[in-house]
Amino acid sequence: MAANNAPLMELRGIDKAFAGVKVLEEVDLSLHANRVQALAGENGAGKSTLMKILTGVYRADAGSITLRGDKVRFTTPRQAMDAGIAIIHQELNLIPTLSAGENIFLGREPRTRLGTVDWPRLYRDSSTLLERLQQRIDPRTPVSRLSIGQQQMVEIARALSLDAEIIVMDEPTDSLTDIETDILEQVIATLRDAGKSLVLITHRLAEIFRMCDDVAVLRDGKLIHQGPTAEMNEDMLIRQMVGRELADRYPYEPPTPGDTLIEVADLVAPGVEGVSFHARAGEVLGFGGLMGAGRTEMAQALCGDVGVISGQVRLRGREVRFTSPRQALRAGLVYVPEDRKQAGLLLDHPVGENMSLTALPAFCGPLGIIRHGQENAAIRHYIDAFSIKLSDPRQHTETLSGGNQQKVSLAKALMCQPDIVILDEPTRGVDVGAKREIYLLINQLKRDGKCVLLISSEMSELLGLSDRIMVLAGGRITGEFTRDEATQEKIMTAAAHVDAPQEISAR
Amino acid sequence: MSAPATHHVTRLLIDNKAFLALALLVAVSAGMSDNFLTLDNTLNVLRQTSINAIIAMGVTFVILTAGIDLSVGAVLALTGAFAASMTASGLAPWLSVPGTVAAGAALGAISGLFVAYGRVQAFIVTLVAMTILRGAALVFTDGRPIAIGASEAADTFWLLGGGYWFGVPIPIYLMFFVFVLCWSVLHHTRFGRHVYAVGGGEKVARLSGINVNRIKISVYAISGACAALAGVVLTARLGSAQPTAGTGYELDAIAAVVIGGTSLMGGRGRIFGTLIGALVIGVLNNALNIMGVSSYYQMIAKGAVILLAVLIDSRSQSSS
Ligand SMILES: Nc1ncnc2c1ncn2[C@@H]1O[C@H](COP(=O)(O)OP(=O)(O)OP(=O)(O)O)[C@@H](O)[C@H]1O
Ligand SMILES: [Mg+2]
Repeated sequence: MAANNAPLMELRGIDKAFAGVKVLEEVDLSLHANRVQALAGENGAGKSTLMKILTGVYRADAGSITLRGDKVRFTTPRQAMDAGIAIIHQELNLIPTLSAGENIFLGREPRTRLGTVDWPRLYRDSSTLLERLQQRIDPRTPVSRLSIGQQQMVEIARALSLDAEIIVMDEPTDSLTDIETDILEQVIATLRDAGKSLVLITHRLAEIFRMCDDVAVLRDGKLIHQGPTAEMNEDMLIRQMVGRELADRYPYEPPTPGDTLIEVADLVAPGVEGVSFHARAGEVLGFGGLMGAGRTEMAQALCGDVGVISGQVRLRGREVRFTSPRQALRAGLVYVPEDRKQAGLLLDHPVGENMSLTALPAFCGPLGIIRHGQENAAIRHYIDAFSIKLSDPRQHTETLSGGNQQKVSLAKALMCQPDIVILDEPTRGVDVGAKREIYLLINQLKRDGKCVLLISSEMSELLGLSDRIMVLAGGRITGEFTRDEATQEKIMTAAAHVDAPQEISAR
Repeated sequence: MSAPATHHVTRLLIDNKAFLALALLVAVSAGMSDNFLTLDNTLNVLRQTSINAIIAMGVTFVILTAGIDLSVGAVLALTGAFAASMTASGLAPWLSVPGTVAAGAALGAISGLFVAYGRVQAFIVTLVAMTILRGAALVFTDGRPIAIGASEAADTFWLLGGGYWFGVPIPIYLMFFVFVLCWSVLHHTRFGRHVYAVGGGEKVARLSGINVNRIKISVYAISGACAALAGVVLTARLGSAQPTAGTGYELDAIAAVVIGGTSLMGGRGRIFGTLIGALVIGVLNNALNIMGVSSYYQMIAKGAVILLAVLIDSRSQSSS
């Protein structure tokens, strides 16, 4: 279907700068009904900023926005919402103490005739919305009890509840596994066919080709390309995004395994029902599975964040039982959490202070006095090594683009020179170029004789980087494959092993 | 003016709003009274401010971890009584003062224990501590002032509150000493970073290998120690410990912290701001005194200033 009809919404010549730094320059973009528009670009290219301008979160410094032929100028998100534009922001925006249903209808609660909140209706409608997303979440469950993926689904349900004409989704698949992504794909297709206009931002390029009709590419704040996806392929898209060829998306290096660094036997912890594995120095052990399979819970138990109920963990043959992440760090085990915002980084603190936080003892003299010279040198080193895009290490972390935040989170963990690194979704929200940099970094860790436990829901990444793969389902190991044996089908089969899907109940 | 330039200017104003408020207050006061900007009065204001400033700098640590300490006034009263009775019994200040400060730290640490391990809200814990310690101060003093007496020890002790060095009151030196110490700790030590980290996000702090409970206990201990030092200064100046000394001081301290731009949500703020915040309150009190405004109206004025500071703070947060 060609986009021959007049655009539903049009942005013309959009400029935006933050503190004098140009982030968007003369960007044009048109959105059509019945189309799914992909927005691609590297981390920090300005995708989220453009969408925030579209939805009234930021105001453009220059340029015009027209909606159904009329000029509009949103000054608050609420105005955009009332004009029929919904957005799912990259960073989750839920109130953790409220229930899923309350979050979905926050500020728009259905009322009874007496003016009180119509709770039965609120929860009934929430249920309907969540069912549309094939989620078996009780809408009365507090959001803090849901996994990030489920929280993402609640965000999507909220956007659906608005019944908007234009729905913007900023990296919604980021925290979803392949199965959940498939569900979202169906929902997007249904919405499109119902005449909606959708915008999808994603760093998973395959999704662009699967789900989107058109693709626009931003590079350094400028619109490089806009056109139908059918006229593109992945290589062309990557070239547009990064401005050069990108060889070999998954640069694998064969391992030179050394001593066994970590041995886990019958580990039982909240959400983990008995997991055993071992991993050696110089090896990447991948962990696959569905959302809620217990991989994050396993990692949390290993790093001492939550208590181990039973089972044994040995590091270099010595049995350990950590009761705090502090002990694990001292023993050389570091966990890079999947939830960057809540657990990984202090978003309203300077980037530099975040990066050096874990490794701080290494930069301290007597009395815990910080040697600022050493600290700053290390910070600069990691900013360069990870090519983190920022203007100043004193910048608040929240002002970095999502992908750059993820790199800061990695740098923070690696700065303390651990032996065992647990990476939980390390490339979530990271662009193709930067992903490859992170993969090269993982290879470097391997070469340095570190043991990497890689939890990833991105199948190609898991297959592309792991030396061995363990698959978890329902807190148990349901499959173990060497690199050569592993295929997408085998992993999926093992991941779907437990027949009763994980269900969260409110209690 | 272009957008980035205005942004820069507002940023600058926001970062130093306490300082601006102080400059404004000083200018207005100087314009309204010739007696204000004299050397004598300036030293007077600084000396009057010193007690609140010392307490407030300790409280800053607590607030940076997203906690609150309502017990500082009561700690001041009880430890002031300790100091007075130690001095009265002839103990030299170089023993009694560290002893008093240590007692304050211990009292604070007890609150800290309940906040950290008991997982009780800081507001409740320190409210209870305030009540209990007020009672304890009355019990300890039997409801009567304790004079420091007249001995060599008492004469030396008295200098801490009433003495001068190069024409400048000793409490002012103590205030700046505490400031430099707190500033160094907060900005140049691991402990300081950890304080900010705990306030910024406990979960992140924990995963970063920080002993969150230890940090929490420490900040309450620091707050207690500062309150005790303030108790020493007050007791020395008056020559006796009053059982009801320091009533309401916790609110002045919290006000100074907030005017200084430290967020009650934790994780953000500066000790320099607190010092300025304390001076704002000090100057305000002094100026209203000089102008002969009744103390009833002084309270209203103080409240208005605090409200204004908080308003500017919340606005600057939502606009950034
Ligand atoms: N509030 C802000 N203050 C200062 N700089 C900002 C702010 N928001 C965004 N930026 C900067 O603007 C640039 C574009 O950011 P944006 O979040 O739009 O990138 P993005 O394309 O969405 O990247 P990602 O794929 O990583 O999410 C980045 O360099 C970022 O640091
Ligand atoms: Mg973004």
